[in-house]
Amino acid sequence: MKRIVFLFALAAMVFAQGAAAQTLKAVKDRNILNCGANGTLAGFGLPDAQGKWTGLDVDVCRAIASAVLGDADKVKFVPLSAKDRFTALQSGEVDVLVRNTTWTSSRDTSLGLNFTGVDYYDGQGFMVRKSLKVNSALELNGASVCVQQGTTTELNLADFFRAHNMQLKSVTFATANEAVKAYDAGRCDSYTTDASGLYAERLRLANPDDHMILPEIISKEPLGPAVRHGDDQWFDVVKWVLFAMINAEELNITSKNVDEMMKSTNPDVKRFVGTEGNYGEQLGLSKDWAVKIVKLVGNYGEVFERNVGTGSPLKIDRGLNKLWNKGGIQYAPPIR
Amino acid sequence: MSTDLTTGSARVAFYNDPKVRSIVYQVALCVAIALVVYGATTNAIDHLRRAHITSGFGFWDDPAGFDISQTLISYSSAASTYGRAFWVGLLNTLLVAGLGIVFATILGFTIGISRLSSNWLLAKFATGYVETIRNIPLLLQLLFWYNAVLKALPDTRDSIAIPGGAYLNNRGLFLPSPNFLDGFGAVLLALILGLIVAVVFHLWASKRQERTGERAPVLWVTLALVLGLPVLVFALRGFPLSFDYPQAGRFNIAGGVEVLPEFAALLFGLSIYTAAFIAEVVRAGILAVSRGQTEAAYSLGLKPGPTLRLIIVPQAMRVVVPPLTSQYLNLVKNSTLAVAIGYPDLVQVFTGTVLNQTGQAVEVVAVTMLVYLTISLVTSLAMNIYNRSVALVER
Repeated sequence: MKRIVFLFALAAMVFAQGAAAQTLKAVKDRNILNCGANGTLAGFGLPDAQGKWTGLDVDVCRAIASAVLGDADKVKFVPLSAKDRFTALQSGEVDVLVRNTTWTSSRDTSLGLNFTGVDYYDGQGFMVRKSLKVNSALELNGASVCVQQGTTTELNLADFFRAHNMQLKSVTFATANEAVKAYDAGRCDSYTTDASGLYAERLRLANPDDHMILPEIISKEPLGPAVRHGDDQWFDVVKWVLFAMINAEELNITSKNVDEMMKSTNPDVKRFVGTEGNYGEQLGLSKDWAVKIVKLVGNYGEVFERNVGTGSPLKIDRGLNKLWNKGGIQYAPPIR
Repeated sequence: MSTDLTTGSARVAFYNDPKVRSIVYQVALCVAIALVVYGATTNAIDHLRRAHITSGFGFWDDPAGFDISQTLISYSSAASTYGRAFWVGLLNTLLVAGLGIVFATILGFTIGISRLSSNWLLAKFATGYVETIRNIPLLLQLLFWYNAVLKALPDTRDSIAIPGGAYLNNRGLFLPSPNFLDGFGAVLLALILGLIVAVVFHLWASKRQERTGERAPVLWVTLALVLGLPVLVFALRGFPLSFDYPQAGRFNIAGGVEVLPEFAALLFGLSIYTAAFIAEVVRAGILAVSRGQTEAAYSLGLKPGPTLRLIIVPQAMRVVVPPLTSQYLNLVKNSTLAVAIGYPDLVQVFTGTVLNQTGQAVEVVAVTMLVYLTISLVTSLAMNIYNRSVALVER
């Protein structure tokens, strides 16, 4: 009897038709957000010694949880390697993938993903030992380069060497950890990844001061959160959470002054904090969705400085990631 | 009065007949399994289509765009396709699996026989080897070999120069690569001819030994045919062979044949690990041969060496071959741990990079599973044919 019941259950599972994607409702019902994160990249997604996750991507996830669930800690971080990050998102294991993932056309289409924005404009660079006396990536003819497999990094590396008629010996590893260890052991002359990753990984080498980052940026790597195809409402929610963080910085709303800003008479600020209009409800969230983001996590500038900027060991300059009216290209559409 | 004992089964209703019942149950089970498989497949296809994930094998002809560190066939990141990358990965797997099987067998047989040796030191060493290696996970052993190999070797700028034009450093072993000039074909022909004649001579010599008991000088004739003849032809044709010597460049040593440290570490790790298991299988096989055989051989005046070689091991092979097949299959599958140390085998190249770049997990994993299944089935088929050919034919 038990065997027959089990067989019927198996058949039912196999024939179950997946319902149309309702991720926002599922997250609210579950009361916890499943977020795909890196787990080994300082500044973007890394658990600290106490097991608390920190990083730029981690803070974007916490912002989504603040807006949807009202609590920045209601997030379950799933560490994913470059190889299984897309399968985890496609299969529904995570609701959103915020894992320093480059936005490309093939990922947007044939992988069944939608990128919701760019939380970090990056580019690929090279790190070499100072003792090699190399000053430019164009001098790397014949060099061996350690790289993580399954990334746009691997493809860009081959393209760069091919375009400049240089000989390449690439050594690929499944995880960034192994690639960096092999580079440190002298297995290859250079290590390549996004420039932000180079700064992060350099801190982990045996002698960080023995290494330098070459000036060339050989590719565009717009890093941003990704969600599944077929769920427009969730796509809009994740998109506008990031835009809210950028708009907050533009309107000078920080986690420290957001309470005073609630009383502001500036129309843009009033629409942001929800005292005017019902933009939160239009997204399927509460009226004070943007206020919760800024209060519990911070605006884009605060999050940047805290994780990868002057307030962190990486000390990366904001560069392209400054606001559009301050010399960079971070630009968010208006909330109205 | 005669009881008719030859009537068949008693007359029962057909739905109580055991034969009919068993057929019905089996057909129902097959239909159920087929339904489950069909349902799962269509479900998966439907979901993939709904999520706009591409399916099908169109990616096979798309340009790969990435580089592979060891390629036995020509491959370039610019011109080669994902399909070509698949073949490169497959050849790398077959190379390391094939060499691994050869080394593991040689080492395993040696250790297994040593463990039964009367030399106390040898026996204890073999026991220690087996007990240590068997009980440490293979992944840890591979990482150990990889890091030990890397740390032990010097940096590329301080390479060890081996006489003969080879270099050894932590990026690999660089050997001069041979350039086959015109006329080398004749040397190859001479080698093949020599091998064929040597085999024929062996057959003739063993027939002659059975008939008359006289042994022909097999060893010398074989050496002359297989080594001497090709070398003679080589000299006559004017030494049609030149070498490409590795040269030190600014960063790396270029030219010549490169043996990667990843390959060496994987080969060592796999061979040493599997040899420990093969040693135990061989020991079991030898112990399974009745002690009476050894005593009979000694009483005939045979020394322990020939006894082992001519009497014990051939009989032990019947017991050894089925578990040995399993160990070979384990070695082939364990070679997928190459992912951990960066050796570009099939799983690393295809299920790693190609899967990630194309996003088509279902097709890629299905193809990989089929490949390993095929390799395993072919290996076990070959071993079973050998086993059947040495089986005892009992009356």
